[in-house]
Amino acid sequence: MNDIIIETKNLKKNFGKNEVLKGIDFTASRGEVVCIIGASGSGKSTFLRCLNLLEMPTSGDVFYEGANILDKSTDQYKTRTKMGMVFQQFNLFNNLTVLQNCMIGQTSVLKRSTTEAEDTAMKYLDTVGMSQFVNAKPNQISGGQKQRVAIARALSMEPDVLLFDEPTSALDPEMVGDVLNVIFSLAKSGFTMIVVTHEMDFAREVSDRVVFMDEGVIAEEGPPEVIFNNPKNDRTRAFLTRILNKNGLL
Amino acid sequence: MILLDMVPQAEWTFWKWVEFFALDKWPEFLTGAGVTLLISITGTIVGFIIGLLVAVFCKIPVKATDSFVKTAFIKFFKFLMQVYIEVFRGTPMIVQAMVIYYGTASIFHYSMNRLFAGIFIVSINTGAYLSEIVRGGIESIDKGQFEAAHTIGLRHGQMMRHIVLPQAIRNIMPAIGNEFVINIKDTSILSVISVTELFFTSKSIAGTYYKYFETFIITSIIYFVLTFTVTRILRAIEKKMDGPSSYTMLENQDAAVIKELD
Repeated sequence: MNDIIIETKNLKKNFGKNEVLKGIDFTASRGEVVCIIGASGSGKSTFLRCLNLLEMPTSGDVFYEGANILDKSTDQYKTRTKMGMVFQQFNLFNNLTVLQNCMIGQTSVLKRSTTEAEDTAMKYLDTVGMSQFVNAKPNQISGGQKQRVAIARALSMEPDVLLFDEPTSALDPEMVGDVLNVIFSLAKSGFTMIVVTHEMDFAREVSDRVVFMDEGVIAEEGPPEVIFNNPKNDRTRAFLTRILNKNGLL
Repeated sequence: MILLDMVPQAEWTFWKWVEFFALDKWPEFLTGAGVTLLISITGTIVGFIIGLLVAVFCKIPVKATDSFVKTAFIKFFKFLMQVYIEVFRGTPMIVQAMVIYYGTASIFHYSMNRLFAGIFIVSINTGAYLSEIVRGGIESIDKGQFEAAHTIGLRHGQMMRHIVLPQAIRNIMPAIGNEFVINIKDTSILSVISVTELFFTSKSIAGTYYKYFETFIITSIIYFVLTFTVTRILRAIEKKMDGPSSYTMLENQDAAVIKELD
């Protein structure tokens, strides 16, 4: 587990005068599942988006497999294909069918042949249970189905890491389970994943490590049992009490 | 050209004159309408291509990691594009026609083919408008799809070609149709440089007999038929672009089963 795949050093991000990330030191090892929790506005999503440079960090470094991806010499496009991302709002390509959504990156970026791309896409659509819907357009399927296709799209690029940005926050409650099941089985199959989530039960179940972010810093991190049952930081405790009370779980 | 045994008489009624023009002068009207259609179709298509190129170019992101030369080059051309758009939107097409046609004649001592000049003027004028319309179309695509395209590693051009433009073009089809209809009507101003389109032809016919109302009644009907037909055709194309409203499910697969990864 000491094979470090992603590392950030003193990562900072400002939006104008607003300092969102105040120096984050973070590592993720190969095969590790890390959940990032924290209140809205604590910088979780911004941090995740800095990892694949959807947001340019204001300062600090991001290392992927030891190489600084902010260096001019690093091929950012290539690094991005190694990090699959699943968004809160799915962000499927609306003009393409489910199958084409999973193929476009393979044929355009990885230069795979159409048949190979189709086979790969079908394999992962099968994994997420969406292979029946290959001919559908995104606006013809439900939110939960869209998110499963989005996961298959990310998987089709056969990335080393999967980043999830609140994958269930935009879903109807009855669809959350389907998507979480998919992510859960991926986690158990040994994928490296970094998941920003508000689903505390899920985070407790799935993660090897939980990171609690508060006001732009990592306030506490550790194994889920410790974070959820015996948090050391007062702010972690306050956050967990608040969110678990709201869910009627405490 | 007298096709019928009709010799114009001074005592003819309004309708008799209309009948005369319709039956006797239809080849001229038809040729005029043909030229009008040729200029407006070519002008709209070329203008659309210009619009696409300009809008896509202006959307190229300048990254902090780009070299100085590349950044300067992109910025300079973006500036040129802005000048082009502002100048051609900010002056009347009738004035542009005069300046371009007589300008090339007096500066280069070269007299452009009038039809070519007409197509050229309509194209670059339409291009300026459509650049802005395409820009609006690109900006109508939600930011999330751009981000998703970036995360799977698509380059700017690939993203535009496969994802953004197909949706943007569908969204701006009504505006393109608008521009097309405007072009059909506005080619009439090319009569100032003697392009023999429908308006110029009508004016000649009317001038020959001093019958303006009678001639232009026919002309207006032709313009309306042209624009109405074009509008209907574009509506049909939009429908086609939308694709089927339903999809076929593949069978013999259990969607509920979520298989383990191998």
